[in-house]
Amino acid sequence: MAQGATAREYDIVIIGGGPAGLAAGLYAARGRHRTLLLEKGVIGGQISLTELVENYPGVPTVNGFDLAQTMLKQAESYGLETEYAEVDALEQAGHKWRIRGGGGDLRAKAVIVTSGAEYNRLGVPGEERLTGRGVSYCATCDAAFFKGQEVAVVGGGDAAMDEGLFTARFADKVTVIHRRDQLRAGRILQERAFANPKMHFLWNTVVEEVLGDEQVTGLKLRDVITGEPGTMSVAAVFIFIGQHPNSAFLRGIAPTDAGGHVLVDDWMATPAPGLFAAGDVRQNSARQVASSVGDGVTAAIAADPYISSSFPD
Amino acid sequence: MAKPADVSDNEWETEVLKSDLPVLVDFWAPWCGPCRMVAPIVEELADEYAGKVKFYKLNTDDNVQTAARYGIRSIPTLMVFKGGQAVDQVIGFRPKSDLKRTLEKSLP
Repeated sequence: MAQGATAREYDIVIIGGGPAGLAAGLYAARGRHRTLLLEKGVIGGQISLTELVENYPGVPTVNGFDLAQTMLKQAESYGLETEYAEVDALEQAGHKWRIRGGGGDLRAKAVIVTSGAEYNRLGVPGEERLTGRGVSYCATCDAAFFKGQEVAVVGGGDAAMDEGLFTARFADKVTVIHRRDQLRAGRILQERAFANPKMHFLWNTVVEEVLGDEQVTGLKLRDVITGEPGTMSVAAVFIFIGQHPNSAFLRGIAPTDAGGHVLVDDWMATPAPGLFAAGDVRQNSARQVASSVGDGVTAAIAADPYISSSFPD
Repeated sequence: MAKPADVSDNEWETEVLKSDLPVLVDFWAPWCGPCRMVAPIVEELADEYAGKVKFYKLNTDDNVQTAARYGIRSIPTLMVFKGGQAVDQVIGFRPKSDLKRTLEKSLP
């Protein structure tokens, strides 16, 4: 894996193996570019933790992990290379890009950043200490351990409802704790959540602390309107309060907005030559599998003329 | 290829706790996506550490007793056992290099 003095040369290096990266990889590989995709964790990214993807056009219902594996195999069949490694630094080296990290020293004519987004943490006492001990960011991974128990879900968006409904298959009671008085989730998910007898809602409430020694035993709460404190006993808390883009390694290289989302043009190009960003990491992403796939495709198509005009052989 | 064998509640005592070698146990379930990503990495490690570490998989759906005994609340969880004691654990998907580091710590 690690290389000596000579850097490995690619036409395109893709950073991140979610839907955007896999789609970019498919198009780049089919364009006969020598392409390497780097993934630091799980191929598919956020969707591999999604039990059911129901809104990817042309695919009625599919398990997220399976969809990602299918995308990967499809791209690899055209020559995409993949490696499991984290990127530490990205820098310009002449006309090319130099990518350093667990994958060794790489050089590429163009880089497509599809590093996606990571879930936000509550940032309250007890959360980190009890992660994997009842604090969870993945209901599809952990909900089955709470059969017949009472659990909480924090958040009011699509992910919170989706995962809450999944959790309700196992738990006896699922309390959704939301800091506002209405949900942000899409209509269909809201309807399903309200119709499920196991789902309960605690509005205008925030979590102040996760309680428990070895395992989660409860939550310390606060009503945001009255300021009234409270507690509740739960065996687990599933946290879905949005996400932040994985763009820290781009600092000083590509401009971002205040939230860290990379600024791109209509072709997913950043102001830096040969550097593209696609999917959840970019500004104004619709954050869907389908839109990320579209972003990745756009970036790969845009990289093609960039490479042939900047590197005429 | 030295594939990790399945271990059940019944075999836990003899295979894991009474083992002379350190043991790595992969707690998993068929419905868990990240577990399916960890499995091939654990297989590679089983090859590389053959003769030094024993490798087992425990299906947490079928072996509720053992999963509960070690307070498993999240999978994949990899636990390292030495002399009948759990000495280390890794919760969630991690790259192979991280897992190797964990294993090396348990070796003399």
